[in-house]
Amino acid sequence: MTAFLDSLSAAAALAGEHAEDVDAHSRFPKEALDALREARALSALVDGVPFDAVARACELLARRCSATAMVFAMHQIQVAVLVQHRDAWPWVETYLADLSREQRLISSVTSEIGTGGDMGRSVAAVEPGWTFTKQAPTVSYGEYADDYLTTLRRTPDSEPSDQVTVLSLGSQTTATKVSNWDTLGMRGTCSPGFTISATVAPEQVLPIPFGQIMNETLVPVSHLLWAHVWMGIAGEAFERARRCTRKSGATGGTAKTQRLSELHGDLVATRAQVAEALARWQRESSEPDRPALQTMSAVLRHNVLKTSVSQAAARICMGAMEVCGIAGYRNDSPYSIGRLLRDSLSAPLMIANERLHEHNAALLMVVKET
Amino acid sequence: MSPDMEETIRTVLGEHGRLPVPVQQLGEADDLYQAGMSSHASISVMLGLEDAFDVEFPDHMLTREVFASISSMKTAVGELLAS
Repeated sequence: MTAFLDSLSAAAALAGEHAEDVDAHSRFPKEALDALREARALSALVDGVPFDAVARACELLARRCSATAMVFAMHQIQVAVLVQHRDAWPWVETYLADLSREQRLISSVTSEIGTGGDMGRSVAAVEPGWTFTKQAPTVSYGEYADDYLTTLRRTPDSEPSDQVTVLSLGSQTTATKVSNWDTLGMRGTCSPGFTISATVAPEQVLPIPFGQIMNETLVPVSHLLWAHVWMGIAGEAFERARRCTRKSGATGGTAKTQRLSELHGDLVATRAQVAEALARWQRESSEPDRPALQTMSAVLRHNVLKTSVSQAAARICMGAMEVCGIAGYRNDSPYSIGRLLRDSLSAPLMIANERLHEHNAALLMVVKET
Repeated sequence: MSPDMEETIRTVLGEHGRLPVPVQQLGEADDLYQAGMSSHASISVMLGLEDAFDVEFPDHMLTREVFASISSMKTAVGELLAS
C-alpha cells in the first residue's frame, strides 16, 4: 500500500498547488489528473493495487484538492465495477488492458432526466442495432472522459427498473454538453448535463442485471470511496482548525479549544466507522460468490455509512470554521475553511440522504440484525 | 408445494409488488425485477410474506435473488415452514 501511496505524492502536491484555481474557475484539475496518469493510478485496481490503498488515496488527495479526489474516486468506482464482474464479462479483459496501457478515464452516466434522481430506474433504452441516446442532467468530467459507463433499460420494451450497464468507448460516443456547471462546491468535477449517444457492439453490455451490480459493487464501492473523500476534506478542515488554535496560543480552557476537542471526537468516530466498513467490505467481497453482499442487511449497512459520513463531514467542516473564526471565513488565510465547507455540503445531497433514509427505514422493518 | 402457497404469494405480490402488469399474467419463473418490481417494492413484498405466512426470513435469505420470482419465493417460504 505504501509504495502505491508514495507514487501519488507528486500528483497530490500538484493537486494542492492548483486547488484554489480549479475551484475559483470551476475547471478540470488537469495537472493533477496528468500526474495521476503518469503514476499509472487510473488503472490501480486493474494492476492489482489493493482496494484499501485506493480508498486511502482518495482521502490523501482530498486533503489537497477535493475535485481531484472526487474525479479519482468516481473513476475508480467505474473501474471497480468492471474488475469485480470481469469473470462474467470476457469482452472487458481487452478493455482493461487498454485502460491500463493508455490510462483511460471513465465517466459514469447514471443520472437521467425523468427518473426523479432514482438510479434504479432508466428512461433511455438499448435500441435495436445496439444504439442509445440518454439525457443526463449531470455527467462528472463528461467533457474529459475517454469512455462512458451508462445505465439503460435492457430493451425498448423493458420496464424502468430492468436495467443494464453499457461501456461505450469515446470513439463510439457523442457527448453533447447541454448545460453549465456553476455550483457552490465540487466545482472542479465539471459535471454539467450531457446528451450521450453511442452505438456499441453487443459484447459491450455488461451481462449482469444492474440491480445486482448495484448491490454487490456499485453501492458499497461508491459509499466507501466517497466516505474516504469526505474524511479527507473533514480531516483537512480539522487540521486547519488545530493549527489555527495553536497559533492563537490557546492550549486549553477556552470555548474554542473545547470545540476543537469535540470535533476531534467526531472525526475519530467517523474514521472508525469508515475503517470498519472498509475492512468488512474487503472480507465480504473476496468470498466466493459474495453471498454476504447480496443481503438487504449489507445494503442497509452501506447506506448508513453514506448518510452518517456525509453528515459528519459537513458538520466537522462547519465546526472547524467556528474554531478558526474570521481566519477560517477568509478565503486568503492559511486557515481558510470556505472551499472545504462548500465541497463538503454536496455530500448529503448527492444520492440524497432523504431518499436513503426512506429506503433504510423500510429495510429496518425487515432486516433482523441491525 | 401447495397451490394455496402460490396463491398467497401472488396475493402479496399484487398488494405490495407495485407491478405494472396483473400478477396472474406472470409465470412462476418470470423475473419480477424485469417485470418492473423496484427494490423498494421488493421490501414491501418481503414484509407482506412474513405477515401472510407468519414466518421471519433470516438475513441471509433476504436477498435480491430470493425475491426475484414467484418460484424462488415459494422455495424460501417452503424452507421456513418446514423448519
